[in-house]
Amino acid sequence: MAAKPKLYYFDGRGRMESIRWLLAAAGVEFEEEFFETREQYEKLQKDGRLLFGQVPLVEIDGMALTQTRAILSYLAAKYNLYGKDLKERVRIDMYTDGTLDLMTMIMGGVFKPLAEKEETLASVVKSAKTRYFPVFEKILKDHGEDFLVGNKFSWADIQLLEAILMVEELDASVLSDFPLLKAFKTRISNIPTIKKFLQPGSQRKPPPDSHYVALVRKILQF
Amino acid sequence: MPGKVKLHYCDGRGRMEAIRWLLAAAGVEFEEIFLETAEDLDKLRNDGRLMFQQVPMVEIDGMELVQTRAILNYIASKHNLGKDLKERALIDMYVEGMMDLNEIIIMLLTYPPEEQVNQLALLKEKTTNRYFPAFEKVLKSHGQDYLVGNRLSRADVHLVELIYNVEEFDPGLTANFPLLKALKTRISNLPTVKKFLQPGSQRKPHEDMKTMDKARKIFRF
Repeated sequence: MAAKPKLYYFDGRGRMESIRWLLAAAGVEFEEEFFETREQYEKLQKDGRLLFGQVPLVEIDGMALTQTRAILSYLAAKYNLYGKDLKERVRIDMYTDGTLDLMTMIMGGVFKPLAEKEETLASVVKSAKTRYFPVFEKILKDHGEDFLVGNKFSWADIQLLEAILMVEELDASVLSDFPLLKAFKTRISNIPTIKKFLQPGSQRKPPPDSHYVALVRKILQF
Repeated sequence: MPGKVKLHYCDGRGRMEAIRWLLAAAGVEFEEIFLETAEDLDKLRNDGRLMFQQVPMVEIDGMELVQTRAILNYIASKHNLGKDLKERALIDMYVEGMMDLNEIIIMLLTYPPEEQVNQLALLKEKTTNRYFPAFEKVLKSHGQDYLVGNRLSRADVHLVELIYNVEEFDPGLTANFPLLKALKTRISNLPTVKKFLQPGSQRKPHEDMKTMDKARKIFRF
């Protein structure tokens, strides 16, 4: 059997976290190599394994994959979390593109100067409450099923849970008007692989703090 | 066969252009319903037709699809523009890079004029130092006519669109990339693409301030 997938990134969430969630939910063990210094990062760039000179990088099945969405799509398809046909897949793509947009706003927000950062994060919470969460609440209401697509656990469910937890870290009451999302959150969190990932000691990373921001700025030099 | 594919967007390139290219390359006819005013956008939103209140939106196969990438993936898969899982991973990876570069172009005119100068410099720098070298290298490494799997995929279509786009800012940007130039010629000569490149097609012209002003009114920014 092939080696475990190997993830190259900083020791923090960033763009790699959704990939960690997906692998963990699929029950796939993975290794991680963390950048501590600029030199380590430059070495990886010089080795020519970063197609566009950027991370995340995931080594899997003999490939050096970069570009977050490409990696996520590959993993979802490989581990049967991408729906049963093309029409289910496009719905999963639509939903995950939406949640990824939301999470990317948070990722970018933490690097801004304080006042702007607070404004951005407040706007994320507002977006979640008025644009994104109502959509998913309605989807669950309309079909009355346990999972977002095709009555089966998929990448869309994993990413929605990740997004919910991330926004709740900014505002714990964000689900107060969304009873089905609350039930969804409990249900998906109790799936054994996810439950394990949510426990201390897993490879899930904590919310970004000033140490993380400083580390990334140092390594990416911005 | 159900109704034609219908595109909802403004009369300009923006995020819809890549979708137009792909449909055209696949030989799929489509209609366009242009947003002219903020009220047009409001109506789509109020009618509940835009999942995240955003366009592009494409009516296809009984669905109202949003999210550019989801739409592109659907069309490509449906029309066989990317074979197995590993090929798809490569296609996705390449296309994501192209979309990152194209994003600079899409956003260019939204900046004040002084910042536009910086963004243009950034565009040229990234094209020359990051993206074009990467794709030139891919073509060189296998010596084939197409980026992935020795057959036409959406990666080729998107790359050629990107090459045309950057050349509009500076025709010299492809000067040092002979394989990219050859790819551009080859793909441009495919009958469906050749047709799309002719005047009178549904391809939209280079974005200008007039289209940007109209977009500002419609999207209220």
